[in-house]
Amino acid sequence: MSWTPADPMVSIRDVHKSFGDLEVLKGVSLDVMKGDVICIIGPSGSGKSTLIRCVNALNDIQSGSILVEGLEVNDPKLDKLKLRKRVGMVFQQYNLFPHKTALQNVMMAPVRVLKQDKAAAEESARALIKKVRLEGKENSYPGELSGGQQQRVAIARSLAMKPDVMLFDEVTAALDPETVGEVLQTIKDLAEDGMTCILVTHEMGFAREVADRIYFTDGGVIVEQGPPATFFKEAKDPRTKEFLSQIL
Amino acid sequence: MGAAYKTDLPVMMAPKAPEREPILPHLRAWHIVPLVALCLLASPLAFAAEHDIRQPSLSVLVTWAPLLMKGFIFNLVISVSAMAVGTFAGAILGLGQLSPSAPIRKVAWLITQFFRNAPWLVLLFFAMFLLPFQISFFGLSIPLPDWFKAIIGLSLPVMANVSEIVRGAVNSLPSGQWEAANSLAFSRRQTMWLIILPQCVKRMLPPWMNLYSILTMATVLASIVGVNEVMTLTGQALASEGGRPDLLAPFYGFVLLLFFIYCYPIARYTVRLEKKFAVIG
Repeated sequence: MSWTPADPMVSIRDVHKSFGDLEVLKGVSLDVMKGDVICIIGPSGSGKSTLIRCVNALNDIQSGSILVEGLEVNDPKLDKLKLRKRVGMVFQQYNLFPHKTALQNVMMAPVRVLKQDKAAAEESARALIKKVRLEGKENSYPGELSGGQQQRVAIARSLAMKPDVMLFDEVTAALDPETVGEVLQTIKDLAEDGMTCILVTHEMGFAREVADRIYFTDGGVIVEQGPPATFFKEAKDPRTKEFLSQIL
Repeated sequence: MGAAYKTDLPVMMAPKAPEREPILPHLRAWHIVPLVALCLLASPLAFAAEHDIRQPSLSVLVTWAPLLMKGFIFNLVISVSAMAVGTFAGAILGLGQLSPSAPIRKVAWLITQFFRNAPWLVLLFFAMFLLPFQISFFGLSIPLPDWFKAIIGLSLPVMANVSEIVRGAVNSLPSGQWEAANSLAFSRRQTMWLIILPQCVKRMLPPWMNLYSILTMATVLASIVGVNEVMTLTGQALASEGGRPDLLAPFYGFVLLLFFIYCYPIARYTVRLEKKFAVIG
């Protein structure tokens, strides 16, 4: 593979995906450059979550191509572990490991998967927990943390693998309104540090603030895209306009 | 791993409401008094009416009690051994049912279903008459005693049930756990051993203990194939007392009590664990 940092970090080309007879993605293409923050918005069932789950091969695709730093995701011989070491993912339901403390959740994958030295992994895990502003919660179990705190542990856990791209799948959708802000702030910090991020979100204000580009999906295709400044003001497609009028 | 498997183990399905009343009423130590009385009273009364010159039935029971208790302890040895063998084999079989390889999965499923849907007594006979009475090992003949075959025979249904308990517990975990582990680049094996199974242990404990109780009570089946456990000994004791009908109730009542005293605390503890885990989730 002759991928260079000048090429798109994630390159999605004409991706089709069906669940049985239901075609969820009907030819989606988009490019994400290193350091880009892109937000995918759209009505429920428009295929946004499916799309980003395809990027780290949690869902397979029927046709098309997804390149992550030159790795073809739609290749039956793909080494999924290699791909997933480069792509971090945060879920709507946090999915922390409930039998492990916050610290153990964060350091488990570096120790077991990347075979890092335990002491070094613990040190960087503590630093990450501090970065997501959860100092003092290292030894708490997920069940003892609020939704927002759990989600920040999940972000730290994902960051501990030092991924090149982070996927955020509606990460604030399950949170109490008062804890949404702390999670969004954490993601904003990441974006400002230059992390490449792909977010599926319903937080329009947040998308406007942090995104480099916004993609609007409906019915399995990308209807419209653009930088937030123009996207929110000059949406052309009637479907986009309708969606924005409902949500803003 | 998103596939939704079905389980017919009720304990594996939705967590129970935490505030539910326990199935069994709470027993206190003194409750044992009416229970004992119930089991023993009937026959002495009948006996008194006969104004017989024979030894009173209760004192006969006292004479035989140590032997019966020894027999009961043998039942417990059989139950613990069969549980150990069955759990070990069942765990392997259960993991086989979850294997990514379709042939392994299907074979494990078939074995599980076969032994789970067979009467325990038939499996016991099956083991009794199919296992040789001795095995030759490098020219050395090792006899296989009946009690050993009984352990094997009883461990077969235990194995099949443990296999289902393992499969049910693993499939009852939210698929998000698998997805999170996948996205952190854990291999399938690591995910299973580091993330899934540790969370399953507490889910498996209550049904496993239930199974143990059932097994303990089923060890008396071994009497039918001639193992010297408590039922066999009771029968022999009654026969050597000349088959006095007034002894039946106290003797079998005594055996019932022994099982009750042993199994009831297990049942209570299982209910407590179920409640506790239902709250924590």
